[in-house]
Parts: sequence; structure tokens; C-alpha cells
Amino acid sequence: MSEPVIRTVALTRDYPMGGETVRALRGVDLEIQPNEYVAIMGPSGSGKSTLMNLIGCLDTPTAGQYWLAGTEVSRMTDDELARVRNRQIGFVFQTFNLLPRATALHNVELPLVYAGLPARERKQRAAEALASVGLGDRMEHRPAELSGGQRQRVAIARALVTEPSIILADEPTGNLDSTTSEEIMKILEELHRTRGQTIVMVTHEADIARHAARVVTLHDGMISSDKLKAA
Amino acid sequence: MPIYEAIALALGMIRAQKLKSFFSLVGAFIGVMFLIAVVSIVKGMDKYVQEDFAAKIFGINTFTVNRRPGVQFGNPGDATRRAWRRRPQLYEDDFHAIRAALPDSFLVAIESSNQAEGVVGTRHSAYIQVSGVSEDLFKIRDYQIAEGRIFTPEEINHSANVVVIGKDVADSFFTGVDPVGNTIRLAGFPYTVIGVVEKQGNVFGISLDRFAIAPYTSAIKKVVNPHKVVDGIIVKSPDEPTMHDAMDRVESIMRSRHHLRPAEDDDFHLDTQEDVLSFWNKIAKVLYTALPMLVGISLVVGGIVIMNIMLMAVAERTREIGVRKSLGARRRDILAQFLVESATLSTTGAVLGILAGLGLARLVKAVSPLPMGVSPMSIVLGIALGVGVGIIAGVYPASRAAKLDPVAALRFE
Repeated sequence: MSEPVIRTVALTRDYPMGGETVRALRGVDLEIQPNEYVAIMGPSGSGKSTLMNLIGCLDTPTAGQYWLAGTEVSRMTDDELARVRNRQIGFVFQTFNLLPRATALHNVELPLVYAGLPARERKQRAAEALASVGLGDRMEHRPAELSGGQRQRVAIARALVTEPSIILADEPTGNLDSTTSEEIMKILEELHRTRGQTIVMVTHEADIARHAARVVTLHDGMISSDKLKAA
Repeated sequence: MPIYEAIALALGMIRAQKLKSFFSLVGAFIGVMFLIAVVSIVKGMDKYVQEDFAAKIFGINTFTVNRRPGVQFGNPGDATRRAWRRRPQLYEDDFHAIRAALPDSFLVAIESSNQAEGVVGTRHSAYIQVSGVSEDLFKIRDYQIAEGRIFTPEEINHSANVVVIGKDVADSFFTGVDPVGNTIRLAGFPYTVIGVVEKQGNVFGISLDRFAIAPYTSAIKKVVNPHKVVDGIIVKSPDEPTMHDAMDRVESIMRSRHHLRPAEDDDFHLDTQEDVLSFWNKIAKVLYTALPMLVGISLVVGGIVIMNIMLMAVAERTREIGVRKSLGARRRDILAQFLVESATLSTTGAVLGILAGLGLARLVKAVSPLPMGVSPMSIVLGIALGVGVGIIAGVYPASRAAKLDPVAALRFE
């Protein structure tokens, strides 16, 4: 078996809150292999957002270890984590999180800007990424000129433009109607199938989670179930 | 992110938020505008005083023996004034002694002046500068004769009532008539006009052409000075080194004529161009001392405004900062982004301030006799101040932005 993309051991995250400590994650052991398509489910307060932030290197654990693509990232500094986010992770957010004043093309270019790529190469790769999500003709549009589904497609293009180890999708369809949701799920599935892209998706909708091959359910900061969908 | 992209981003932000940007520009704008306007005007004055004023009033390589200094900065005080009043007068004989002591290559002239009334027929004017002079004065002043001639040594010896007038006097008294050969009454004495001097222009808006020049021996001596007394003796040397020798020479002549002992100070004064220049330099120094305070206050206020605007911008764009961080922006990327934005704001203000300052100096030049001169250094300084203020004002907001926690920033509504 190949090396896991994600491996966490006893991952713990506590938040101090008004003199008390909220234990958001209480020792999560999780391994995700390359090319997997995993959904993380759980009710609100189960710790799935916290786990998402830790996997996405936006936050550091209180205790426990986390290896991303073979490198321990749980003890890294802010700037090292920024580098890891830039190279290894592509985020897709529920609220799209596009820069409102920038064109679709510039939004997709942005991770490459921070990667230090020259402008010409950035533009070319961003244009390719937009074309791959079917927005080749919307590159100069600003987010306000795009529909919700189109915005989320721009966000997906932005996530995959750096060819990251994993795409982390946080409730990617939470702000979309069901038809558009299906459209977005199709694109993610397509990425998974044709590119072998590893996808980790947080959702509370079982409908959406069924697109994944594996469903990890969290409860009270711990994994309560981890099921592979019957092939 | 390369710097030019950061600047383009910042300019886009300024365009997107015009009103807010305008307010944040105002401080840097006003400060730099003052800087440029004042420096341009002072520099213009500087050039003017050095090249035009001093040369027109005094002439190059020229000094004047006076009873007391002709130009004085500030109030010399009553004691000094009294001491000056006790000084001996200068006499025609002093002129003859100096003339005899200096080689022929030197020009030496008497000049005694007063305001007097001029009358021609029904026209009259109370304020004509009437001077009693000796013939070398025309050469010292480099007066070109437009019409007629200057007076001769014989006319001086015979105390002839002849006069050479300035262009303004000719124009106002003899409109459409040839002044040469006509009569003008100066302080009541009838004078025959024998020449008109070419237009001299003006300094600081005061005409240099409202004068009438007559032999110092002629009738007006009665209204200008007591018998045989003169205002000043002007000496022009052929070049600068000989001027200083001549000044030493004249000083010792005057000291011996006034029977001064070695320990006693001079009881007369040698005025040169340098006196005017040092007078002006003192004024310029005052202006240049006040200027940094004026500019400094505007820039400090401008800096505080920019800092507040940037703090607001950081708060408003918390989500954007979170997004950028999630995409891989490091602290220094965010820091640089906001520093560049802040510097771009204030530099834009500075550039507009430079344009407005030049415009203001031009306006002053147009509506007043004050000249202007553009100083490239002040423009460089203006831009440097703009960039500097922006960076200093941006440090705190930018470092707050850079330190934001990405999780909290992304959750920010």
C-alpha cells in the first residue's frame, strides 16, 4: 500500500472559551490514501470544521501529529504552513470566497501569484483550469457577474490550478440549489475519476456525502464510523 | 507578489474607493503642495535676487561708500541708530579723494537722491526719484540712452540745469511729444531734458524707470542734501579681485580723512551686492526654517489619517485576508500588500501635491511680481516624503493584517 496523503495520530484540538476549555477534537486517527474521495460528516459541533481546518493547515493541533504527503506539518510555523497550503491544498469553500473586485481569471491566478510564478505562466495555467471547469468564456467576468454555480466552479478551478495533493471542500454545495449542487458534484467526481484527485469533503448532507467512496462520521470530536461504500 | 503587481492592485483599490482614498490623500497632498510651492517661490526669489535684483540695484563689482548700511535685516536698535546719526557726512571732497586715488580703469560717481515733485505744464507727479550725480554713474549703472544724450563734465562744472529722465517719467509727462529739449520742473527748478534712458523694468513690482538724473552741482542739490554733502560714492572696479583691493584702499582713505585711530571702528559703510544677498539669505533661512514645520504638521496629520483608513481597510477586508492566507499568502505577503497600498495612497497624494504646488507657485507668479523656480530636489523630496509617510503609517495596520488568524479571518462576516 502506498504512503497515505493524510495521516493523523491522536489529533486533538482544544479551544479556551471563557475560562473553560472546549475540546473540539479528542484524538482523531485518520488515514487517507491518494486518489481517495472521502466525505466527513457529522452534526454541528461534532468537530468536523475543526478537523477540516487542521487538515487544511489553517490551524495547528493542541496535541497529536499530522503528516501531509509524508511531512509532519503539526509543528510548522505560520509561514511554513502557508507554503504547504499553497503547494498541497486546494480549498473549496461553502461561500466561494472569491475576491469580489478581481476577475475570474485573476481569482484563479492568485495561488500561483503566491507560488511566485511569472505572470505569463500564471495566466496560461489559470485559463486552462477555468476551461476545465467549463468557464473558458467567463474569464474576464467578476464574481458578481456570475451565478452561484459558476462562482463555485471558479473556486474549484482556483483549488486545482496548483495541482495540489488534496482538494478540501467545505460544504461545497451549502449555498447552492439542488440542480446546481448536482452540477458541482459532477465536476468534483470528474476530477476524482479522470485526474485521480484526492478529495476530502465536509458536509452534513447525506445526499451529497453519497458521492464519496468513503464516509467518515464524527461525533463529539471523535470518529464514530468510517465506512467504505460498497463498490 | 512582484512590487508592480502590488502597486497595480493598490491603484485599483484607490479607484474603487474614490472618496475614501481622497480623504486619505489630503494630508500628504497638502504637505507636499506647501513644500513644492514654498520651495519654488523661495528658489525663484533666490535666483531673482542673485541675478536680477542685486545686479540691478548695485551692479556687479560695485560698492558704495555710505554713511550707514543701505540694507539692514531686522531692527538695529536705538543705540545703533543714534551712533549712525552721529557719524560724519560724506562730502564731495571725499569723492575727489577717492577718484584721485584709484586708477582710471575704475569708475567713481556721486549719487545723492531724494523724492521730488515733477511738473510739466498741467501734469505733475509727487514721487520722482531725483538724483544728483556725476557723469560716471551712467556707465556704472550701464544706462543705455534711448533718446538724446547724457550730460558732459562741462555741464557738471557749470551746474547746468539739464536732466536725463527714466522711461516712465518720459511716458507720463511727454505723451506723444519728444521729451528731449522740453522743460520739466523738478522740486520747482526748471530743467531741460537732454536724454531718456532705456526701460529698466522693475524689481518686486517697483518700477526702476521713475527717475530723473541731473548733475550733482545743479539746482536740485539744494533739496537733496546740505551744501557739498553727498549720499553715497559709488565705485565700480573692472573685475572682482580689484574690487576687494579697491575696497581696502577706499576704507583706508576714508579712515584717514575721518582721522580714525586704529582701535576705532569705521564710521562709514561700504555696501556691496553681498549685503543684499546676505539680507535675502536671512529671509530665505527664516522661510526654510518655517517650512519643515508646516510640511511636517500636514504630513503627520496625513499619516494619522492614512493609518486610520488602513485600519478600516484591514477590518473590512478581513475575509479577503483570510482567503489570501488560505491560498498560500505568507505574513510578509500580506504585510507587503498593505504597506504598498498605504504607500501608494500617500505617494499619489504627494504626486498630486507636487502638481498643485507647481500650479500654486505659477499662480503666485502670475498674480504677483514674485518669480518662481522649480527645484528638482524638492520634487524628489516630495515623493520620498509621500512614500515614507505611507510606509510609516501603514506599518501598524499592515502588521495587524499579517498576524490575522486564517481560520478566524475566513469565518469573518
